[in-house]
Amino acid sequence: MYVAVKGGEAAINEAHKLLAEERRGDKAVPELSTTQIDEQLSLAVDRVMTEGSLFDRKLAALAIKQARGDLIEAIFLIRAYRTTLPRFGSSIPVDTAEMGIRRRISATFKDIPGGQILGPTFDYTHRLLDFKLAAEEGSDSEAPHVGNADLSATDALLDDAMPRVVDLLGHEGLIEEERPAEDDAEVGDLTREPMSFPVDRDIRLQNLARGDEGFLLALGYSTQRGYGRSHPFAGEIRLGEVAVEFIPEDLGFPIEIGELTLTECQMVNQFKGSAEAPPQFTRGYGLSFGHCERKVIAMALVDRALKGRALGEAVEGPAQDEEFVMEHSDNIQATGFVEHLKLPHYVDFQSELELVRKMRRKATDMSAESADDEIVEAAE
Amino acid sequence: MIGADANGSGADSNAIAATSAGFDNPVLQSQAMYRNLLSAMAQPGRIISCDLSLEVPLPLWPTTAAAALTLLDFDTPLWLDPVAATVLPLSDYLRFHCGCPLVQASGNAAFAIISDPAELPPLNVFAAGTDEYPDRSATLLIQVERLDDSRGVILRGPGIESKQCFQAKGLPSGFWQQVQENHSGFPQGVDMIFCAQDRIAALPRSTQVEV
Amino acid sequence: MTQAAQNAGMQVDQSDVTGEAKAGPDPHYNFAYLDEQTKRMIRRAILKGVAIPGYQVPFASREMPMPYGWGTGGVQVTASIIGPDDVLKVIDQGADDTTNAVSIRQFFVRTTDVETTTHTEEASIIQTRHRIPEQNLSEDQILVYQVPIPEPLRFLEPRESETRKMHALGEYGLMHVKLYEDIATHGHIATTYAYPVKVNGHYIMDPSPTPKFDNPKMHRMPALQLFGAGREKRIYAIPPHTAVYSLDFEDHPFEVQQWEQSCEICGAGDTFLDEVVTDDQGGRMFVCSDSDHCNRHQEAAE
Repeated sequence: MYVAVKGGEAAINEAHKLLAEERRGDKAVPELSTTQIDEQLSLAVDRVMTEGSLFDRKLAALAIKQARGDLIEAIFLIRAYRTTLPRFGSSIPVDTAEMGIRRRISATFKDIPGGQILGPTFDYTHRLLDFKLAAEEGSDSEAPHVGNADLSATDALLDDAMPRVVDLLGHEGLIEEERPAEDDAEVGDLTREPMSFPVDRDIRLQNLARGDEGFLLALGYSTQRGYGRSHPFAGEIRLGEVAVEFIPEDLGFPIEIGELTLTECQMVNQFKGSAEAPPQFTRGYGLSFGHCERKVIAMALVDRALKGRALGEAVEGPAQDEEFVMEHSDNIQATGFVEHLKLPHYVDFQSELELVRKMRRKATDMSAESADDEIVEAAE
Repeated sequence: MIGADANGSGADSNAIAATSAGFDNPVLQSQAMYRNLLSAMAQPGRIISCDLSLEVPLPLWPTTAAAALTLLDFDTPLWLDPVAATVLPLSDYLRFHCGCPLVQASGNAAFAIISDPAELPPLNVFAAGTDEYPDRSATLLIQVERLDDSRGVILRGPGIESKQCFQAKGLPSGFWQQVQENHSGFPQGVDMIFCAQDRIAALPRSTQVEV
Repeated sequence: MTQAAQNAGMQVDQSDVTGEAKAGPDPHYNFAYLDEQTKRMIRRAILKGVAIPGYQVPFASREMPMPYGWGTGGVQVTASIIGPDDVLKVIDQGADDTTNAVSIRQFFVRTTDVETTTHTEEASIIQTRHRIPEQNLSEDQILVYQVPIPEPLRFLEPRESETRKMHALGEYGLMHVKLYEDIATHGHIATTYAYPVKVNGHYIMDPSPTPKFDNPKMHRMPALQLFGAGREKRIYAIPPHTAVYSLDFEDHPFEVQQWEQSCEICGAGDTFLDEVVTDDQGGRMFVCSDSDHCNRHQEAAE
């Protein structure tokens, strides 16, 4: 006799045990520490912090370890943890003009006050597998010319004044001004208020900053290929540390509570002008925790594309479509719903099955009828 | 005047808090009170008894205070009727325990507390939401001396099997006509929760009233 | 810090990451997991939903420790209403032992330590995915639905800004056109689950992907029905005894699925049946999807 499947609970518990085993892998191989992840997989940590919306390297490293290197799963762990944290208030806006710069490049001017600083970048590496890194030990000592850059000497060379390149254009009035409205002091938070369209820029930037890097990369790329093109120039990309200041209610003045590593991209884009505005450059903005350069460039392209409607440009490409972009950028929402297809759908499928059978019976009956008619006709 | 109250020092607030406490166990007591509120809203006109032991500053009643502790926080601007607004211990209590901003413009309030039905302004001074967002509307907590569900006006609509009698003591004249107008604006409108000493009843905008 | 601010916080200790059920709710998390500020926000949204039957109230859905699309909306609704005196039943596809139902039940046992049951009539809160229990519910019960796409017009118009206007203006012509196109093509309405309903004569509402077989149970149900869509950030409700009509046409009235077979376990001929494939030769049998109802019916027969 048929007995309905039971024991979902036991199956789940066993699955969790198997998962723990798989995560650890071969026990003959030393276990990875979260410190190692933080130090040596630092760009993975940066991405998890950015899309997880929580600046905490230790927790991000833990999440990566627990998620077996699946970064979206790690981001998910961080997001779920973040939800449980109490909220004390908002910091005062960080000032990236005052950033302690480690990397700073501009594609718009050959020379800029403070200079171009290459910093730690893959940009001019030849993408040749470095088999020296495959040696399990001792690779540190084998690449002195890479590993021992004289940081103190570099620091000494850096200029104190590193104005943001886009601000230089601003002095000439060549680029659109961006100032928060007087009555718009409150910073929105899409994790506290559901989005309603059209959204304000603060919510848009928050959405994009949390958005999936791959999704933004593809959308940004699409704008370059003509789906909502607006001739971008990388005005400036800078990486470094900024101070975070907070005004406790009982003190009434700002105190520094810590430091963040940020990557910022200010894109300069063409704009032909409209009835209201003279021709001028427009901006796209990208910002991430840590060093997420690809992300901030793509984000700046999409941010600029989404300005299209406000600038009176034709909205033709997906990247210009606010609802489309904002509703599909979150990889935690996306992965949840895409993967929920793994859940049982017996009931809906049964309903569809019954319907398809019914429709096929009807179709078969009808063709049988018409076949009968043909036979009758032939007989006549 | 409310603005002036808002500048009351923290020491005063703490003194008030010490004399008039909030829930002993905020998590479980607010859950229990919420279920009372939910039952009331889901079954318009039905009287729901609330088992509360709260010491609250007059003219606030335990049910009203419990509803406020359950529903209000810094996201919910609160309007107090002009009489209640002058009672410093009351506004301090609500600000301290709920953390809600007090507003003077009734149209900006997410919640309103009307300590005495005689003080109830016309319903249409409160936010009724929009056709696209009818949820952006006020909820009124109206204190009444007595609730009766055996006589009075007849209520029909969602939450009511066939019909429900309802009466609340001391409502201003013309109130039921305003309720009918409130209903006719559906989906826009305000929702009301009547608070007696130890019982509550609700009247959402979806309820039709036969006087 | 004010009392309110303290209440908004909650104690979280990362040290315990094992999930063993123990006596009393897990002390590392707030009761029912959500912090009190979040519960208040959801509680207010539910009250507005109840006051405006069938209207989708936007709410600031939180990131839960389970994936979006796996019941986070229903879980947040249940977490906001549940108390220590509640008795909880969780079903998925009608059954209590489906893996995701088990997982959600474990979550609430861990975070609230409430009593759970598989018996429909013993539950004060029933959280469900894709089914309404066969047994009639009472005024003392609350049915919480997990909803993937709350917007019934979404497949006709993908833009929220447009569908919101359509609801505001009561412009539901598009939905009727869609259903009528089915009739023109197939001779009947080819929607078998998530079959749209009209609530209290006003809003068109998605009943979640329940089979249309269950739609008549929503009409004037004595229990309060709450719907939570976590990823889409919407909550909606149907108060007890509210009129819920499945959309249809005079010449093509709404009808539910029927089976030629009866349940092979309990013999019921009036329930929603799951088809079970028994071999690769086309063998199949039909059994009740509502496992509790099936057990009861079977016990009664013996």
